[in-house]
Amino acid sequence: MSFAWAKQYEPKTDFTKWLDEKLPLPRLVYSAVGAGYPVPRNLNYMWNFGVLAGFCLVLQIVTGVVLAMHYASNTEVAFGQVEHIMRNVNYGWMMRYAHANGASFFFIVIYLHIFRGLYFSSYKAPREMIWLLGVVIFLLMMATAFMGYVLPWGQMSFWGAKVITGLFGAIPLVGEPLQTWLVGGFAPNDSTLNRFFSLHFLLPFVIAGVVILHIWALHIPGSSNPTGVEVKKESDTVPFHPYYTSKDGFGLGVFLILFTFMVFFLPNTLGHPDNYIEANPLSTPAHIVPEWYFLPFYAILRAFTGDLTIPFTGIVLVQAKLLGVIGMFGSILVWFFLPWLDKSPVRSGNYRPMFKKFFWFGLIPTMIILTICGGAPAEEPYVVISQIATAYYFLHFLVILPIVSQIEIPKPLPFSITEAVLGKDADETAKAATATPGTSAGTPAGATPAGSPEPAE
Amino acid sequence: MASTAEDTAMQGAQDGVRRRDWIHIAALSTAGVGGASVLFPLVSQMAPTADTLAASTTDVDVSAIEPGQSIKATFRDQPLFVKRLTPAEIAEAQADDAADMRDPQTLADRLGEGNAEILVNLGVCTHLGCVPLGAGEGEDKGEFGGYFCPCHGSHYDVAGRIRKGPAPTNLAVPEFEFASESVIRVG
Amino acid sequence: MTIRLGGIIVGLGLTAILLLWSLVPGLLNFAMPEKPDYYAFQEENVTPEGGFSFAGPMGKWDYAQLQRGYQVYKEVCSACHSLKFVAFRNLEELGYSDAEVRAEAASWSVPGIDQKDGSVIDRPGLPTDQFPSPYANDVEARAFNNNAIPPDLSLMAKARADGSNYIYSLMQGYVEPDPADQALSPEFETPPGLYFNEHFYNINIAMPPQLLPDIVTYSDGTEATTDQMSADVAAFLTWTAEPSLIQRKQTGWWVLGFLLFATGLAFLSYKQIWAGMKPKK
Repeated sequence: MSFAWAKQYEPKTDFTKWLDEKLPLPRLVYSAVGAGYPVPRNLNYMWNFGVLAGFCLVLQIVTGVVLAMHYASNTEVAFGQVEHIMRNVNYGWMMRYAHANGASFFFIVIYLHIFRGLYFSSYKAPREMIWLLGVVIFLLMMATAFMGYVLPWGQMSFWGAKVITGLFGAIPLVGEPLQTWLVGGFAPNDSTLNRFFSLHFLLPFVIAGVVILHIWALHIPGSSNPTGVEVKKESDTVPFHPYYTSKDGFGLGVFLILFTFMVFFLPNTLGHPDNYIEANPLSTPAHIVPEWYFLPFYAILRAFTGDLTIPFTGIVLVQAKLLGVIGMFGSILVWFFLPWLDKSPVRSGNYRPMFKKFFWFGLIPTMIILTICGGAPAEEPYVVISQIATAYYFLHFLVILPIVSQIEIPKPLPFSITEAVLGKDADETAKAATATPGTSAGTPAGATPAGSPEPAE
Repeated sequence: MASTAEDTAMQGAQDGVRRRDWIHIAALSTAGVGGASVLFPLVSQMAPTADTLAASTTDVDVSAIEPGQSIKATFRDQPLFVKRLTPAEIAEAQADDAADMRDPQTLADRLGEGNAEILVNLGVCTHLGCVPLGAGEGEDKGEFGGYFCPCHGSHYDVAGRIRKGPAPTNLAVPEFEFASESVIRVG
Repeated sequence: MTIRLGGIIVGLGLTAILLLWSLVPGLLNFAMPEKPDYYAFQEENVTPEGGFSFAGPMGKWDYAQLQRGYQVYKEVCSACHSLKFVAFRNLEELGYSDAEVRAEAASWSVPGIDQKDGSVIDRPGLPTDQFPSPYANDVEARAFNNNAIPPDLSLMAKARADGSNYIYSLMQGYVEPDPADQALSPEFETPPGLYFNEHFYNINIAMPPQLLPDIVTYSDGTEATTDQMSADVAAFLTWTAEPSLIQRKQTGWWVLGFLLFATGLAFLSYKQIWAGMKPKK
């Protein structure tokens, strides 16, 4: 599951030889993130976010396990227990702020990771499985983050739990019993808090499991790269260690500077003041919003304001509430179909002029607008704006991408990664290949036809 | 990790090898120092919390204890036996001061200076931590008339000294002082 | 192919639903909702002259101010507001000695149990006790306060946006309505039992003005103006909400300094390893 020129682990001492026979764990690490994993030599800083996401997961698990040692999932005491962590536990405030801001930074990193994948079409064959597993990780992260936010049992915790579990009530027939079953009562209560704590503890380890699958799937075809041209020969790659370990080390440093700045100087900026008020089931805060990382999806949820009716008959086919829920879940489910919606043989957005325009002037502004609208009160003009943005969101993935991939004329691709980095003269084989130019019908020279098993050995 | 330096040294140009090595070693050691410092809060968060530490002194009002009577108070989440000894008990304990004991201690040592009759013992058997009997009315006081631990059969005398059984030391006497005539401050 | 065709149909369908059943009816009824008329009266938070000593990345507690703030809380606020997440022992952080904290705690009475007969009594506070609530329960709190429960103040500085400035502003927001605003919404009036406060979120607050000049006599001789007391109590409540504030910022500087150094080294190491791998132009 690697390139032919990948270095093999060679145990040197008697002990490592013995270990390699019985449990080849060092060999696994060596081939996964060591010198035995050849990686395209042209990765830019956008390729740092995978390792950073892994770091965030570890950070959240470590601080989370610490917090769980001091927390109590009982509605009577949960809020006070969090204050106990903040005031009495040694460095408890540091752990809690690191965990709360760690969630935000995890999402920042994941969004950059996802949108890197969208721009460079990392979801395309032969990497569909990596992408699909990534979407699963993202869904698990959303569930985990949501349940974690309920645990402090502040006003936003409570009303967030109530509103989000209320989404399930929109499902026809089974909705209300399902919602009652989910919260274990008629409104979020002690049972809800306990099960959310249990699942919030469990799911990160499930995520870690899927992350292992994600990395496993990555090692079959190897990493993608900014040109989208597949690795052809040894000079296209460098060993992961020390080249990318050093680059990721530097990236981690930059990440930690930003992260600790938030933790130590602005720890509550990304949170909401209302969550420092203990949950009160009898009074809703004036303006409830989810955490910032859910805002785009929350905006999509609220964009559907009208029941789907048969005009002039008054017969309701689908209620607005259900439409909103379908829209919100659909906005992520659509990612599962991406590898088959975008059939352009060219991967990198850098060589796709039309795709590039829709990405930078369509999708990215739409996500920003949805984030802003999700945080704004549900009143005009935000509702109209979020409706237009939501429409574009679905059009982009479901209509624009398939059509663009059909009609677009891509720019000529470099023959190889080596050529892209060092110039044409440096690549002997590239000179020979330029004799057969061809950029006519969307399959330019050098572009690996999608679905080609070429790099996998 | 050490191979970072090696690999670069191999691939680097001929000159400046030492300087290159130095940078990798410095970067890795700094990362190591950083990782180790993160351990400090991670470890110390498990130490007693501020509210637990603040509750580590207990005031006990001893004015209402009749001679021969014990009360059980709570000290650091554990039982504390406070007893006003009768003259007979004091005499018995003093008579045993010279007896053969596993953990020799005189009654005066255990009472402390300026304290003639208030015996303060942590109600935790020094063997494996059970609460000995003997402080309550009608409880088994053991063969030496003090305390008896039913878990593994340790017998303590009137002054809380181990006389028979597996316990290695006498019942612990926490630090205490008289905050006033009637109140002792333990801890 | 089928997936793409299906995608296009679903995409167009969802868009049609959004535009035809949500957007068009919305646009037909398009109207900016009328904001309640009291919004005109609302004023932005203000900051005490010279700012708070703890603000900013280099902030420090002003212990004299915190002690004055505690005095204001004790003599004024505590009549109605609890401070349930703060214990008397925490006062040591304000610069009081162990003996002073014991004495201070004993000057409060907290609910306790009579050790002889188990009846509920008030006993003098111990350093380990939390500040007691002035009311036995919420029902009593409502009954005494015109149906509005005085909120706990422990976390108030974090439970409101821009909390320290908010508390300071609110304490001196009991002013006469601006005639210009009054002209804009002539029907606005403060209902009986409530008080006009231009910094409260819906303008009419159930709490009467409290910090009248000289309502406390500061032991350090500071003149007890409304402005002074507002700033002091805002500082005190910032401390109750976040006792680790200053420790946090100071730790932050060490951590940031270390990380800048480590990241600089990591960058050099990274550049060193990649030297010779970059394109020669």
